[in-house]
Amino acid sequence: MRNDNSIAKGVDWSIIILYAILVIIGLFMIFANEYKEGDNIFEPFFTQNRDYGKQGLWICVCAVLATFIVLTDSKFFTATANLLYAFGIVLCIAALFIGSEVKGSKSWIVLGGFRLQPSELCKVFTCLALAKFISRQETDFSKTQSQLVGAAIALFPAIITVAQNETGLALVYFSFFLAMYREGLPPFILIAGASIAVILILSLIFAPLTLLIFYSVLALLVIFFTRGLFKRTPLLLWIIVITWVMASVISSLAIPYLINNVMKPYQRDRIYSLVGKPYIPQNLEERAELEKLKAKTKGKSQNQSEYNVIQSKIAIGSGGFIGKGYLKGTQTRYDFVPEQRTDFIFCTIGEGFGFIGSFIFLLLYAILLFRIVRIAERQRSTFSRVYAYSVASIFFFHIAINICMTIGLAPVIGIPLPLISYGGSSLLTFTLLLFILVRLDADRQMILR
Amino acid sequence: MPAINHSRKRVIQLVFISVFLVIVVQLFNLQIISNKYANLALNNAVTKKIAYPSRGIIFDRKGKAIIENVARFDLMITPSQVKGIDTATLCRLLQIDTAEYHKRFVSSIIKNGSYRPSVFESFVAAQLQAQLEENMYKFPGFYLSERPVRSYPFKAAAHILGYVAEVDTSIIRRSGYFYQMGDLVGRSGLEKTYERVLMGQRGINYLVKDNKNRIQGSYEKGVFDTSAEAGRNLYSSIDIELQQLAEKLLNSKIGSIVAINPKTGGVLAMASGPSYDPNDLAGGAFRKNWGRMAMDTARPLYNRAIKGQYPPGSTFKPLGALVALDQGLISPSYGYGCYGAYYACRRPVKCTHAGHGHAASLRIALANSCNSYFCHIFRMAIDNPAYRNPTEGYLKWKEYMNSFGMGVKLGIDLPSEDYASIPDTSKYNKDFGGARRWNSCNIVTLGIGQDRMTATPLQMANVTSIIANRGYYYTPHFIDSIQDETEGDSVYLTRYRQKHTVTHIADSSYEAVVNGMHDVTIYGTASFLRIPGIEYCAKTGTAQNPHGKNHSIFTCFAPKNNPRIAVSVVIENAGYGATWAGPIATLIMEKYLNDTISNSSNHTLERVSKADLIPAAIKRWYYVRDSIRNAKLGVKDVNVDTVIETIVVVPKKTTFDPEAEPNRNDSNELNIEKGTMLLPDDKKSKPDSTINEKR
Repeated sequence: MRNDNSIAKGVDWSIIILYAILVIIGLFMIFANEYKEGDNIFEPFFTQNRDYGKQGLWICVCAVLATFIVLTDSKFFTATANLLYAFGIVLCIAALFIGSEVKGSKSWIVLGGFRLQPSELCKVFTCLALAKFISRQETDFSKTQSQLVGAAIALFPAIITVAQNETGLALVYFSFFLAMYREGLPPFILIAGASIAVILILSLIFAPLTLLIFYSVLALLVIFFTRGLFKRTPLLLWIIVITWVMASVISSLAIPYLINNVMKPYQRDRIYSLVGKPYIPQNLEERAELEKLKAKTKGKSQNQSEYNVIQSKIAIGSGGFIGKGYLKGTQTRYDFVPEQRTDFIFCTIGEGFGFIGSFIFLLLYAILLFRIVRIAERQRSTFSRVYAYSVASIFFFHIAINICMTIGLAPVIGIPLPLISYGGSSLLTFTLLLFILVRLDADRQMILR
Repeated sequence: MPAINHSRKRVIQLVFISVFLVIVVQLFNLQIISNKYANLALNNAVTKKIAYPSRGIIFDRKGKAIIENVARFDLMITPSQVKGIDTATLCRLLQIDTAEYHKRFVSSIIKNGSYRPSVFESFVAAQLQAQLEENMYKFPGFYLSERPVRSYPFKAAAHILGYVAEVDTSIIRRSGYFYQMGDLVGRSGLEKTYERVLMGQRGINYLVKDNKNRIQGSYEKGVFDTSAEAGRNLYSSIDIELQQLAEKLLNSKIGSIVAINPKTGGVLAMASGPSYDPNDLAGGAFRKNWGRMAMDTARPLYNRAIKGQYPPGSTFKPLGALVALDQGLISPSYGYGCYGAYYACRRPVKCTHAGHGHAASLRIALANSCNSYFCHIFRMAIDNPAYRNPTEGYLKWKEYMNSFGMGVKLGIDLPSEDYASIPDTSKYNKDFGGARRWNSCNIVTLGIGQDRMTATPLQMANVTSIIANRGYYYTPHFIDSIQDETEGDSVYLTRYRQKHTVTHIADSSYEAVVNGMHDVTIYGTASFLRIPGIEYCAKTGTAQNPHGKNHSIFTCFAPKNNPRIAVSVVIENAGYGATWAGPIATLIMEKYLNDTISNSSNHTLERVSKADLIPAAIKRWYYVRDSIRNAKLGVKDVNVDTVIETIVVVPKKTTFDPEAEPNRNDSNELNIEKGTMLLPDDKKSKPDSTINEKR
């Protein structure tokens, strides 16, 4: 049947199967979160009074949409890429002015019963626009000027998203640098950017001395493995040494100084709570000041994320090796972890299925990412390749940051787990991303510009 | 270009793999290496709920329930569910104002949070409960929660039964965290001793709760749950009518009554005055009354029957006789020539009799309560030639006392029994400055139950029952049997089923003592006290003490042959033994043996129960307290009559606390004791005092 259907010809079924598996896992996890003994399981699908019921509806909508996308001509996407990008930008700006405020961020547009987050959707359009730009015949992406334009395309929606007070979502746009790196962006930008981010996070989580040892070991290892290259590029050794010195200075001197001497106590509290570490000032005056501040905000200060991370770690940690079993998780089923259907959905998996389950789940994601990279590399057209890498980068960024924040390795910045988290906008976005890729891949023999 | 791009693909894949590896390592760390999270999760989500069984009931010897459980209700509030209720109606029902309502509302949120129920009003009265029940649909967020409360239908035996109250942190710690905050636990009396029997088996339900501590259902479908078992009942030897009579007789008196069945050791009645209605410490009343009682200078919470320490005075004399007889120092026919005082030592010990022959034999000496005779035989025991020195003689004598249950804890099934005092030689060594510095003369008044000797009313009653039994006793106790007795209950009851034989004294010697005590009631110090149709034996005592007027003491048993009841009565600072303690003891015996009280005795009953023998110092204390309270309340019109009536000049040195420091080594006091000679029992003043009373 597959082969007979001319439209389905060339469609990469492995992606679609992985997509289906992940979406169904997501639905089951949201269900596990909400279901209480004695509830009618199927009723919420019709009454839409439960999140998993709504998610079910969104899955149906996405299935229809996916079918339409697969049926669309690939040229449609190349032709409308810039237009869609402009449309997305307009939507984002519109949300900024006419959008309704949800949890302090003005990023939602309410249409009838549905709420839509344009900044989510805009990721798709940015992918297309970036692909379109790089695949232009006149673009030579090895030139700095082109690279700057590419960066501008990627980061313009991010600026609007920051204005909407959705910092987490805005950070996602930095993942485009990974795709751009594949197209010729100098590696030092990526390395420097990623290193600074990692160093910042590490400095918050670990003690300065631990980090110093870690950096030294890492530097020695890198020198050991790249020693063959020193003859050809003597500069490399210096770069490594300078990086090591810089990292050490930042982690063990600059950051602690910044936190302890420049920042105000509440800022310190906020920074530490992002990674789930309780901040207890040694200075008594400071402690009193902080207590006063917390009392004023009635405990609803930024410290909420500290509680989230602790509860999330408890939930995941209590899963043990094989987990408590589906519907048996006490932490995730009884609302101990806040936002557990959206940002902290991974807790449900970690608690219910333990290390084994989490590992298999991560493996699914890894297969998906590698599959996308493989698809990207087999494209004849630059447009498809850049688009595919953009999709992989966005997925990777979401997965890595989301899971890391549930296990206390990254700050809580509130971005969803692709295809699993509850939320129509997010599901729609990732469906679009994947199925446009499937469509483009089906036409991989064509040269698209 | 392709080569670079190819390597860049590899770099990107490497980035993916390394990040995923970091995640897997952290997951491994959280889920497998560190095991603290599993416990944290369990603590987070699983809660134990204790199902309380109803406490066991205690029955008296005739099968009447003297302690019961009744259901009382607490009005509970769940603040988060309270929406749009008619506050005014609720306030009107509870008779509080809206300010109070808001205060309680806020304090319940502070205490337990908005999502968990807390007590809004505890122990709602029955009538109010009905009204609330009817209107409950109007008050969402409120509900009534049942709680069993102890109730005492006879309003008696408060000191025996004790009370239950919420546990405090020290009890929780001592129980190894067996109890939890809010549990009720027996805090004194039988409730405390038999706590584990009465409390039953608590049920534990494991419940799952959510992040706001709301119960979500049972954990693992209840496989770990255990159900509650009701507490077992206790069958006691108390005769509740006798107990009520005893408490009535102690009205407005400080003292104690103990009645024992000598055949079994079962306590028939044990009263301590002043007492209180046990219902005053049950349920909601506890909080209201306990503080006031604990602060009262007359100490109504204090069980004088097992904790009060009194010099036994002349009631000790039969015991002294038995020791001398057992050591073979005297025979029942031994006589002593007393001429009004015991002159053998430096200071004479006065005797109330001077007539020749009033101590011609043990029997006669007992009947006349001759001080000289018993001082003499006490010295004989201490200076017994069988022992090398008075110290050894004294130690032997002390051994006798201890085997009679004097100076040791008897082991009654009430907590915090006192062992009173049979002083150790070290005390005298200290008093007189060395073991060689004192002899039988220095401690001669021990022979007439004075000096440093003290005994609790329970010990006195036990000694009486030993004499009644002619040489054996069962440890006094209240509980005869436990419902569905198990092996484990032997820790409670085995010791009460063991017969203790005290001495090897010949029956003839016992007969002499018993006959002497019988003569007391025929022509001796208690001859005016009669029980219709019953021959009884008794010994009066008038104990000198450093706290004021003499204690009135009376020990007796009846009938003379085959005794069924032994009684000891102590009335503090009431004067002669036969004046107050005597009539009380005979009324108790009459009630128990005849089951009624005859008309003539009824007259005595009325007179005794109405007599007010509270010492002036205590009345003064009450007067001051009430005046202060009135002043605080702004009461201006103080009744002048009351003031005149109750105002009492308190002697400077009177520290009114006879029980707290019976053995105190106050130099002042020692002087008093040694300086003024002891006045033993009197016969002389008896007739006129009773005549006066009878009029």
